[in-house]
Amino acid sequence: MQKSKQKLDAILTKFKGKHGALIPLLQEIQTLEGYLKKETLKYVSEQMGISAAEIFGVATFYSMFRLKPQGKHVVRVCKGTACHVTGANAILNAIREHLKLTDGEDTTGDTLFTVMEVACLGCCSLAPVIMIGDQTYGKLTPESVSDVLKKFAE
Amino acid sequence: MEKIIAKLGLGSCGIAAGADVVWTELEKVINESKYPVELRKTACIGMCFEEPVLELSGKGKSKVMLGTVEAKDVKSILDGYLNDKLEYNNIILHEHKEAVHNELIGNQQRIVLRNCGIIDPESIEDYEAAGGYQALAKALNMRRTDIIDIVKESGLRGRGGAGFSTGMKWQFAYNARSEKKYVVCNADEGDPGAFMDRSTLEGDPHSIIEAMIIGAFAMGADEGYLYVRAEYPMAIKHLRKAIADAEAKGYLGQNIMGKGFNCELHIKEGAGAFVCGEETALMQSIEGKRGMPTIRPPFPAEAGLWGKPTNINNVETWANIPWIIINGAEAFRKFGTEKSPGTKVFALAGKIKNSGLIEVPMGMTLHDVIYKVGGGIKNDKKFKGVQLGGPSGGCVPDNLLDTTVDYDSINKTGAIMGSGGMVVMDEDSCMVDIARFFLNFTQNESCGKCTFCRIGTRRMLEILTRITEGKGELADIEKLEQLAVNIIKGSLCGLGQTAPNPVLTTLRYFLDEYIAHIQEKRCPAHSCTTLLIYEIVAEKCIGCTACARKCPVNCISGTVKQPHIIDQSKCIKCGACYTSCKFNAITKV
Repeated sequence: MQKSKQKLDAILTKFKGKHGALIPLLQEIQTLEGYLKKETLKYVSEQMGISAAEIFGVATFYSMFRLKPQGKHVVRVCKGTACHVTGANAILNAIREHLKLTDGEDTTGDTLFTVMEVACLGCCSLAPVIMIGDQTYGKLTPESVSDVLKKFAE
Repeated sequence: MEKIIAKLGLGSCGIAAGADVVWTELEKVINESKYPVELRKTACIGMCFEEPVLELSGKGKSKVMLGTVEAKDVKSILDGYLNDKLEYNNIILHEHKEAVHNELIGNQQRIVLRNCGIIDPESIEDYEAAGGYQALAKALNMRRTDIIDIVKESGLRGRGGAGFSTGMKWQFAYNARSEKKYVVCNADEGDPGAFMDRSTLEGDPHSIIEAMIIGAFAMGADEGYLYVRAEYPMAIKHLRKAIADAEAKGYLGQNIMGKGFNCELHIKEGAGAFVCGEETALMQSIEGKRGMPTIRPPFPAEAGLWGKPTNINNVETWANIPWIIINGAEAFRKFGTEKSPGTKVFALAGKIKNSGLIEVPMGMTLHDVIYKVGGGIKNDKKFKGVQLGGPSGGCVPDNLLDTTVDYDSINKTGAIMGSGGMVVMDEDSCMVDIARFFLNFTQNESCGKCTFCRIGTRRMLEILTRITEGKGELADIEKLEQLAVNIIKGSLCGLGQTAPNPVLTTLRYFLDEYIAHIQEKRCPAHSCTTLLIYEIVAEKCIGCTACARKCPVNCISGTVKQPHIIDQSKCIKCGACYTSCKFNAITKV
């Protein structure tokens, strides 16, 4: 606990006084803590002299910021045009079914996976694609996507 | 034995296709067998559909490029090439012989992608050896106005989509009086179906950095930002290294190349907002705020980042600059058309054989792009339309395929050149569904500032969804048209002003599909699930029970070796039976 507070303070010190720092600051905090906790955002507001409303406004504007805890592996399902016409919906359904996610749920009960839809991963020629962590998987079928997920389920 | 060079494409498309596994195997085989092979990395050559792609060359040997290489083939490939007995079933390029894709490359003209897939993007020495940073050296010895004049004379137009004269933009920023100015590279490539900028940044990051330093020098800026989508981790990694290497070599930083000019560049990672591709929104985002567009004027050239004059160009626009400085405006004008000189990079995707990245001279017809360079339609199905310009663009039908690729001709079709995404649709794609897909996208990505964009796109999406579910009325078409006009008029930025384009173009060219959905409650492409019925053709069904075992709701019944039947009242139209049947006994009605 003490250690993570130190890391958080180190991030704040790094960005203090720099202009345009709020977005990279929140990105680093999210990498550190997994998501943007309400208490952390309050703390950032006090320390950096930025109003809580402004921080919350930025955090909710951009799709990468998460205000809820996320799973260990983030599965980004591409819903770009090329993926759409090559069956992205079927891939998404297969993933949700494989992970046994119910409607409205995006994180598995064991917090191993979080599934999110993204606009385009830019690997259109390998459509349909998904990204787990920093790794992209292409030319998927509803069957093969289960095998990909199994690799991460430890 | 003479040493040979093995070059493997390790762009994100290559890695997604398994190139990292091939790399490990190459290292292993070369070490174990003590082969005289120098292993090199490169990025994407553009033939993403053939990834992983391996290039082999050596003294006295023909240069060859091999496609869809798997780890198990590595040993026999190296063995064969070293002993001049290479046998491989997918040689895609051959220096001296016929090969499958010689034509694909032959019809291209590479200016922007001149180094992509050829050099190691993480090596500044490779870039220098390919002529890198010579344009900067030349520019630093020129008068600043002369640099701007060359860019103007070249006729280069903004490759982000709008097509405004780059030289004029530079002139405006040059004219602005200020102690502090900024240059920005817009690499927030948000159009779904477009990946030109990703490949350029991954494959040739130094060309962008060199261009930005030249631009900063010409316009009188000393600081720049590259705003890159966070979905492109490899592009960001390569750029970071490129900036550090350029600084170490004295191309960037203080007293650049001893000429007393200072410039620093920073990377800003996007955080996921399509609207940030709009220049005023992008600047808000760099400043750390919500990325909402602002009213123009003032234009960025007068008051941009932190109120200072700012010039923003797209990745592809920047990538042209070093080439133009070295070769001159005249040489650039040799390619393309009078009003749209140069080349254009397109990302071919969707139902096309050769999906990947291509660069062709402006003025080529869409037909030639799709059939000659793109290889035609996958599985030889019937072409239906090509979507240009992403959510801001439109769908161009079959009878307009002789349209040439230049800003003005494409605008006439109702689509836009856009950033270069080209998604090909065949007979299985439903055009109403495509319109709905894009409206869903723009509706999600609308920042909410302008009422018509915020609420209007939602109303359009509701109507389109209704139509794809067979609940539409004929009056809906008029409503869509009316909403479209109002959204275009009532929106501040490009996102809203172009959001209705996918609907307007599909209404213009594919009205019959809308009518079929509305009046006959039928989706001609068999794509809209609500209107779809799966049926088993009794004559073809051999009763193998594969479909019944796959069905998640157990609505398929029948005895073994007898034709099965689908209970339509229980069917959820998931299509599991359709894909599981090996005898084509299940049809979509």
